[in-house]
Amino acid sequence: MSTPYAKLPAWADYGLIPVINLFVAFVVAGFVVLLVGENPFRAAVILVEGAFGKGTGIAFTLFYATTFIFTGLSVAVAAHCGLFNIGTEGQAYIAGLGIAVVCLSFDSVLPWWLTFPLAIVASAVVGALWGLIPAYLQAKRGSHIVITTIMFNFIAASIMVYLLVGPLKPAASQAPQTRNFFAGAELPKLNWIIELFGAKIRSAPLNISFLLALIMAFLVWLLIWRTKLGYEMRTYGHSPKAARYAGISETRIIITAMMISGALAGMMALNPVMGDQHNVAIDFVSGAGFVGIAVALMGRLHPIGIVLAAILFGMLYQGGAELAFEMPAISRDMIVIIQGLVILFAGALEHMFRPYIQALFASFSPRSVGMEAVKGKGA
Amino acid sequence: MDVFNAIVQTLDSTIRLSVPLLLACLAGLYSERAGIFDIGLEGKMLVGAFAGAAAASVFHSAFLGLGMAILISVAFAMIHGFASITHRGNQIVSGVAINFIAAGSTIILGQAWFQQGGRTPALQPGERFEAITWPGAGAIHDVPILGPIYSELISGHSILVYLAFLMVPFTWWVLFRTRFGLRLRAVGENPAAVDTAGISVAWLRYRALICTGVLTGIAGAYLSMVQNGGFVKDMTAGKGYIALAALIFAKWKPVNAMFACLLFGFLDALSIRLQGSPLPIIGKVPVQFMQALPYILTVILLAGFIGKAIPPRAGGVPYVKER
Repeated sequence: MSTPYAKLPAWADYGLIPVINLFVAFVVAGFVVLLVGENPFRAAVILVEGAFGKGTGIAFTLFYATTFIFTGLSVAVAAHCGLFNIGTEGQAYIAGLGIAVVCLSFDSVLPWWLTFPLAIVASAVVGALWGLIPAYLQAKRGSHIVITTIMFNFIAASIMVYLLVGPLKPAASQAPQTRNFFAGAELPKLNWIIELFGAKIRSAPLNISFLLALIMAFLVWLLIWRTKLGYEMRTYGHSPKAARYAGISETRIIITAMMISGALAGMMALNPVMGDQHNVAIDFVSGAGFVGIAVALMGRLHPIGIVLAAILFGMLYQGGAELAFEMPAISRDMIVIIQGLVILFAGALEHMFRPYIQALFASFSPRSVGMEAVKGKGA
Repeated sequence: MDVFNAIVQTLDSTIRLSVPLLLACLAGLYSERAGIFDIGLEGKMLVGAFAGAAAASVFHSAFLGLGMAILISVAFAMIHGFASITHRGNQIVSGVAINFIAAGSTIILGQAWFQQGGRTPALQPGERFEAITWPGAGAIHDVPILGPIYSELISGHSILVYLAFLMVPFTWWVLFRTRFGLRLRAVGENPAAVDTAGISVAWLRYRALICTGVLTGIAGAYLSMVQNGGFVKDMTAGKGYIALAALIFAKWKPVNAMFACLLFGFLDALSIRLQGSPLPIIGKVPVQFMQALPYILTVILLAGFIGKAIPPRAGGVPYVKER
C-alpha cells in the first residue's frame, strides 16, 4: 500500500489523523441522531455514563472489548500481509464448533483450567483451518480472498445452523443451541479487579479471556515487528513483487498469515461461549467479526491502537444498550451506523483530511513535512 | 400432470426469486467492468428497498417510490465513488462501510418515522407494483402444457420483472455496442490508456457507479414493493452477496449473469419447495445445504475447477494520474 502523500510527524500520523477521522464520524452520527429527533449531546452523555458510570458498565464494556480485540487483531494480521480477511465472522462462528466439542466432552470431567487450554487450541485450530482454504485458493489458484472469505462466512453460517438445529441440539430442547455447559467449562470472572477500585458489580460477564486477549495483542506485536515471519509478512503486504524478489515464498506467507488471522478470529468465540452464555447458540458472533474491521482500521493495525479502539467499541456497545433504554427512538442499531461511519472515515476516506493537515503543518514548520528521506516504521 | 404443475410452479418462483439477484448482478457488472469493486451492492439494495417502500406509502404512488429508491441508492453509490474514485480509498473498505451504514440507518430511520419496529407501513394497492396479466392468459390457461407456461410463467409478473430481463440485452448492447460501453470496459482493464486518449477516468467511473446505483435501487424497490408489501429490516438477507457470487460465476458477462442468477434463484426456489421432503435416490437434503450451494459453487468456480473467472484487470486499484 504505497502512500502518494508527504510524510507527517509520527504523532500526527498515528494520533491526530485517527482522532480527526473519528471525530468526523461521530459528527455525522450526531446528525443522524438529530434526524431522529433527539439531542445528540444528551445521547453522547448517556452513552459515556452507561459505559463508564458504574462498575457494572465498565465490566460490560471490557467484556465487549475482549471480543473486539480478538477480531481486530485477526483483521490486522491479515492486513499487514496485504490480505483483506473479511471472513473473521465465519472463522469465529465455526470455531464455536471446536469449543462445543471440547466443552461438551470434558466439562463434567475436567476443571476449567484444563478445559480452557484445550478449548483455546480447538478454537484456534478450527478458525485457522477455516482461514486456510481461502488462503490456499488465493495463493495457488488466484481466487480473490475477499470474495472467498465472504462465501466462507455464509458456508460457515449454514453449517452451524444445520448443526445447532440438528445434531448438537439436545433432543428435549426447542432452542437452537447446545446444552448448557457444566462448571468445568465456565471461565472465572474478572469482576473482582474492578471491585478492587471500589466499584460494585452486580453481574457482568467480564472473564479471564480478557487477559488472553491482551496476551494475544502483545504476541501479535512481537510477531509483526520483532520476528522474521512478521517482517516477511509486512514485506509481502507492502510489495508482493519485492517479496518475491527477496525469495519469500508467496504461498507460505499467505497461508501462514491467514491461518494466524483465522486462529485469532477463532479465539474470539471463547469469550461469549465459555465466558458468558455457557453454550453455543445460533448467531453468537452477531457481527463482531465485522466490528473487527472497524477496530483494526481505527487502531491503524497496531495492537495498542486495536486495544484502544476495541475499548471504544465496547463502550459503544455497552453505552448503546443504555441509550436504547433512555431514548426509545434510538435502538442499538445506532452502533451499526457509527461502525459504518468509522469504517468509512477511518478506512476508505483516511486520506481525506491529510492534505489540509499537511498544509497546516507546513505553514507552521516546513521542516516537519520536509524532504526527510528517512522513512518511519511501517504503516 | 402433477409433476408438470410442480415444475411450472417452481420455475415461476425461480423467476420471482432471481429478479433481485439479476438486477443487483447487472448493477455490479457496470461498476466492476469499470474497475470499481463493489461489495456494497447489499447495502444499496437495502436503502433502495427502504426508500422505495417509505416514499410509496407516504406519497401513495408506486412510481414515486421507485424514483426515491433509485435516488437514494445512487446517492449511496456516489459515496462509494467519492471514497474510492476521488479519494482513492480502499474500495472493499468503502463497500463494507456502505453496507453497515445502510443496515443501521434503515432500521433507525424506519423506527423513528413509522414506529413499527423498523418496518414501513404495509403498502396499499396502487402503492405497489401489481402483476400484469397478459392478453389471453385466462383463456389459454386450460390448454395443456402451453397454457400454464404462458399464463403462469410468462404472464402475471410485475413490470419490474420484465424490466429486469430486458436489462440483460440492454446491458449487453450498452457494454459491447456503444462508445460509452467500450470506454467503460477499457477503464476497467487499462485506465492509463483511457486517460491518454483524453477521457476522464474519474468521470467515466462515476457514470458507471450511477448505473450501478440505478439498478440496485430498482432491485431494492422490487424487494419491498413487489415481493413484499413493505420494508422489513435486513430484508436483503445476503442477496447482494449472492449477486456478487453470480457476477463472478457469470465471468462478468451480462447474458451469463442472467443464467447464473436463474440458477441461484432456482436453487432457492427448490430449497423452499423441498423443505423437509426427501428427494429420490439422494434422500433428504438439509435446507441449509441448498442455501449454501450458491456460495459453494462460486468457491469451486473461483478455485478454477469450472472454467476460469478472470476479473477486469484494473479492478480494485484506484487510478493515480501521475506520481
